[in-house]
This record gives sequence, C-alpha cells and structure tokens, in this order.
Amino acid sequence: MPQPMHNLNNLGHFGPFGGMYAGETLMSALLELRKGYDEIVKKPEFQEDLNHLLANYVGRPTPLFHARRLTEHAGGAQIYLKREDLAHTGAHKINNTVGQALLAKWMGKKRLIAETGAGQHGVATATTAALFGMECTVFMGKEDVRRQAPNVHRMELLGATVIPVDSGAGTLKDAMNEAMRHWSSTVDKTFYVIGSVAGPHPYPSMVRDFQRVIGLETREQIEKEEGRLPDLIVACIGGGSNAMGIFHPFLNDREVALLGVEAAGEGIDTEKHAATLSKGSVGVLHGSRSYVLQDENGQITEAHSVSAGLDYPGVGPEHAWLKESGRVVYDSITDAEAVGAFKLMCRLEGIIPALESAHAVAMGLKKAGQMSSREVVVINLSGRGDKDMSSVAEYDAIRETL
Amino acid sequence: MKRIETRFKDLKAKDEKALVGFITACDPDYTTSLALVKEMCDAGLDVLELGIPFSDPTADGPIIQRSSERALKAGATITRILGLVQEIREYTEIPIVLFSYTNPLLAFGYEAFSTQAADAGVDGLLVVDMPPEESAELNTALARKKLDLIRLVAPTTYEKRIRMIADASSGFLYLISMIGVTGSGGLDAAAVETHYTQVKALTEMPVCVGFGISTPDDVGAIARFADGVVIGSAFERLIETNLDKPDLPALIGDQTRAYKARTKPSATGLD
Repeated sequence: MPQPMHNLNNLGHFGPFGGMYAGETLMSALLELRKGYDEIVKKPEFQEDLNHLLANYVGRPTPLFHARRLTEHAGGAQIYLKREDLAHTGAHKINNTVGQALLAKWMGKKRLIAETGAGQHGVATATTAALFGMECTVFMGKEDVRRQAPNVHRMELLGATVIPVDSGAGTLKDAMNEAMRHWSSTVDKTFYVIGSVAGPHPYPSMVRDFQRVIGLETREQIEKEEGRLPDLIVACIGGGSNAMGIFHPFLNDREVALLGVEAAGEGIDTEKHAATLSKGSVGVLHGSRSYVLQDENGQITEAHSVSAGLDYPGVGPEHAWLKESGRVVYDSITDAEAVGAFKLMCRLEGIIPALESAHAVAMGLKKAGQMSSREVVVINLSGRGDKDMSSVAEYDAIRETL
Repeated sequence: MKRIETRFKDLKAKDEKALVGFITACDPDYTTSLALVKEMCDAGLDVLELGIPFSDPTADGPIIQRSSERALKAGATITRILGLVQEIREYTEIPIVLFSYTNPLLAFGYEAFSTQAADAGVDGLLVVDMPPEESAELNTALARKKLDLIRLVAPTTYEKRIRMIADASSGFLYLISMIGVTGSGGLDAAAVETHYTQVKALTEMPVCVGFGISTPDDVGAIARFADGVVIGSAFERLIETNLDKPDLPALIGDQTRAYKARTKPSATGLD
C-alpha cells in the first residue's frame, strides 16, 4: 500500500526540478497541504481508511494479466498487462482521487475542484466527491469536452459541474490554468485535486505516493506468476502519474528497465506532438520546474495528441529528474501507431484500451518483439477505451479522406 | 539610482499616496504602448508597472489574459520590452517595475535579464509565481545590478510568512486586496485596511494595495490609509474597449488623472 517517501527536501525538489512556483495567494494553502501530506497521510488510521476504500470501492488489487495472444503476435517476450482499466471508473486515476479526497475530508474541506484532459481524472474526482458527499467542479478544455463527450455526461450524472474552458487550444493545459485561477479565488474553502504528478509541491510526490499501489501490486503479482521481477515495464506519459505509480517501487531494481512513452502525435519532427521530455526544454509551468514545450522566448507552445490525456506540453518533475539521471528511458509513439495498437488489442485480447494506454501497448509490442521468450514485459494498461470510440472513428474518417 | 525609494520619499513629503499603474507591455502594439505610457506619466502616474506577457497567466483574470494574448500577437519579447523601457527612460524618470511570470525570465536567463534590464533603466521586478523559497538564483542576479525585487503579500499569508516576505523584498510590498485573480470584483476597503495595518506593523517598506481596485472612488477609499494604490485591469479594460480609437492615449491620460486626484491630500482627507 502507498507509503509516503520522505527522501525529499521540504520544497519537493527532484534534483533541479520540481519546487513550489506558485502565486502568494496559493502558498499558504500549499504549505497547509504539505503538512497534511506529511502528517495525515502517514497516520495508520488514514492508511487503514484508504486501504479499505482501495479494496472495497476501487476494486484493488487489479489483475496482472498474461496476454498470450499479444505475446504470440509480438513474437518475443512474455507480455503482461497491469489492468488499471478494471479499477472503478475505468482508469488508474481513482487511486489518487480516493487518496486526495480522503485527505480533503481529514483536512475539513468540503469542496473539490479538478482539471481533466481525457475526462478520466474528472470522472474519478466526481465519483469520489459523490462518495464523500462533497461538492465538485471540473475544468475541461472545450476541445476535450467535444472529443471526450461520454466522460462529460458521466461527470454530470455524478453530480459534478463541468466548466468548459475556451482559452488556448481548449485542452488539458488550459483546463489546468483555469483550475489554478479558480483555486486562487476560492482557496479558503476548496481542495484542488490535481490529477497528475505535476503542479507545485506536494502534488508530484503526493500523487505518486497514491499511485505507487500500481507498482507495489505488480511486484507481488509478477513474482507469483514468474518467480522474478520483469525485465521491462512500459507506461504512457502525459503528466506521468500512471508511469510514476508503476515505476517508483522498481527504481532501485536496476535489472528492471523502465520505459516511459510520450505521444509523438503526427511525429516528433513535426510541430504536432506532445513529446515534452524528448523534444522540450527546461521551464516552469503550472507550479513546478520540469521539461516543457516552449518557444525561444519561454512561451508555452501547444501540444498535440490523438489522446486527450497525453495532450499536454508539460510533464511531472520527477520524470524530468529520472530522465536526467538516466534511470528511466523515454521514447514516443505516434497517433497512427497508437490507433493501430488500440485496434490490435481489441481483436487479440478482447480489451478496448484507452488511447493513452494504447501508446504504451504499441511500444510494449515493439520492445517485446526484440526480446527473447524467456523475458518478461509489463505494460501498464492505465485505462479503458470506451470514451475513445468517437476519437478513433474521427481519426479513421480523416485518414480515409486523405 | 534607487528611483523607487526616492519616489516614495518624495510622495511622503508631499503627503501624497502613490498611484501605481500596470499595463501589459506592447498591448496592443509597441508604438501604442509607448504613447499610453507617456500619457500616463504626463497625467501624474507615480510608478509604472509593465507586464511581460506570458502564454499561461494563471494568476490573472480574463482582462489581463486577453491583453497578454494581444501583446504576444504583436510580437512582445523581453528584448523588445527592454527596448520600450529604454525609450520610456529617455522621456521620464518614473520608477519602472517589470511584472513577469517565471518562465519567460528563465528562458532569457536571470543574469542576462538583470544586466540588460538595469541597462535599459528598469528599477524593479515582480515575479508572480516565484515565492521567496524558489528565488535564490534570481535574487543573486538582481542584487548584482541593484534591482529591487517587489513581492506580493496575500490575504492568505500568515504573519510569520509576511515577515519572511518583507525581509526578502525591496522597493515596496504589494498587498493583494482579496482572494482572487487580477480584475476580480468585490473590494472591501474595511477588510483591506485591517489587513494593511497588520502588514504595515511588520515592515518599514512602503505598502501598495492592488487587485480589484477600478474606480476613482476605490482609489480614494484605499489611498486614505495605504502608501499606494495599484491599478491594472481597469487600465487594460479601457485599452480593450477602445482598441481602434485614435484618442486611446488621451482616454488613458484622463483616467490616470481621475485616479491620481484621489491620492492627493485634499482628496484622501475627504474619504
């Protein structure tokens, strides 16, 4: 179960990355939250509440599934899927929202806000707010409202108010801008549930700790199945929470290679991609110092990905640090490769993956094909793809007209 | 050299309060921006704040967001804005504070920024999303060029932290009047005065109040007790609603005069 890691200085720096780059209005709230994270989350009573919810509400542990047909198709390493798509609400996001909402409850806050890209984090926050009887407002870029419409309906059904954000390209970055503004205006009564390992400290560490359950379970499950640790773990990266969650418990196991997969969109040599770590540079966005996509004047540029959840020009600061230290390798998968893997997964395993997760699947297949059948690859299947039907149909329709 | 300090001393001697005016540099374009600043200075502005536009201004409301978009579209960069400062400096000795988010400064380089800003005639810098905890590197660069670092104190800032912030700033302290982003409504002058008094007890520096101050009456209500009043979104609203009007500079001048009148002893005494 997630245990806070206290190996950071108190501003949440990971080498030169991370920190608390926030307006003064938010600083007291962040410092209060840091205290909550340091003191409340550690309490055995908190952990007991959290574990109970993870087991009985979220449905953990999620299975680790040996995907034999995918394995056969790749013709190399044994492929296992960590089935976060089977968690309540259909993605790993709920691990974090249950943790943060529980912390909000312990801190006496009754109102949650969140930003969302694909809508999975918004749905998870709205779900948890309903469970705890809290008020919930979710900010979502207007382009994402369009391309992830099923999730908007889900959030509304769950009693949340969804506010479409019209600025910029109307995607995750803009939703986060607006959520931060709204938080600045209501900070005395609102708890901001950030959905990724991004934002100012303590969010990157706190969200990682709530997501570590993915890696901890994977460790136990693969040891039971294979009697050893995997050779490679693959996960997709937008902000990077599902990847941090599955990678973190393996950081000290040097024999386990860790591979983060960014969205290459139409190709990392075009202007339409979201490969922040591969093509970006060091900058400060949304409260922490990390890699960002920006021009030479420090203006953030628009990201692009067929998957709304990866369509973000920033990335969690701990990933920046893991890239710099060399412990994790980062690569990217194009829209076309991801859509291909999405369809393959449907037909070979009867699993409809989220387009985000399909990036990890595409990369996992590539890598497994280059490995021996005695080796083991774990792909983090971070979410399910019911929400992506129209995105895939639209993608195919555009390709057909070309 | 220390234009900010001198300006506040002079105002105090005259029993006047400071009118601090913010506009986004190069909004709607370089030439108009220069004309606006000249009018504001002629109309009695005491301290000029020039905003360096950023693509993702998370501490700003819609008015300054749109002004940032216009300025970026007009090609605003730090180099160009320092050129603007240089031209303003040829015209007036008004203290000039640049207002920025961290990222454009980081991309430009803190050392390069300090050197070039000081050369252009900038007096101080305010970085909205950089608390004292994260600013050691920038402090060193600014101190080398004797540039002031102005910092914000919010209604949510607790007392120990106010002291820490005051110790880490120079020039003046910027007191945020309410919990919110720039351009919010609902100014409560009485609540601001209580907070102001608390902050003032903790620092020798001048304290200016900003956020949510838009009418001359608002200015009067705050100038009654505060060392200075900051107007930002109200100027930007005027710019936005008169973008195509040739008399925009004159309108800004009139507005500045109306505000300034309320920071003089005769006016503040009436409130």
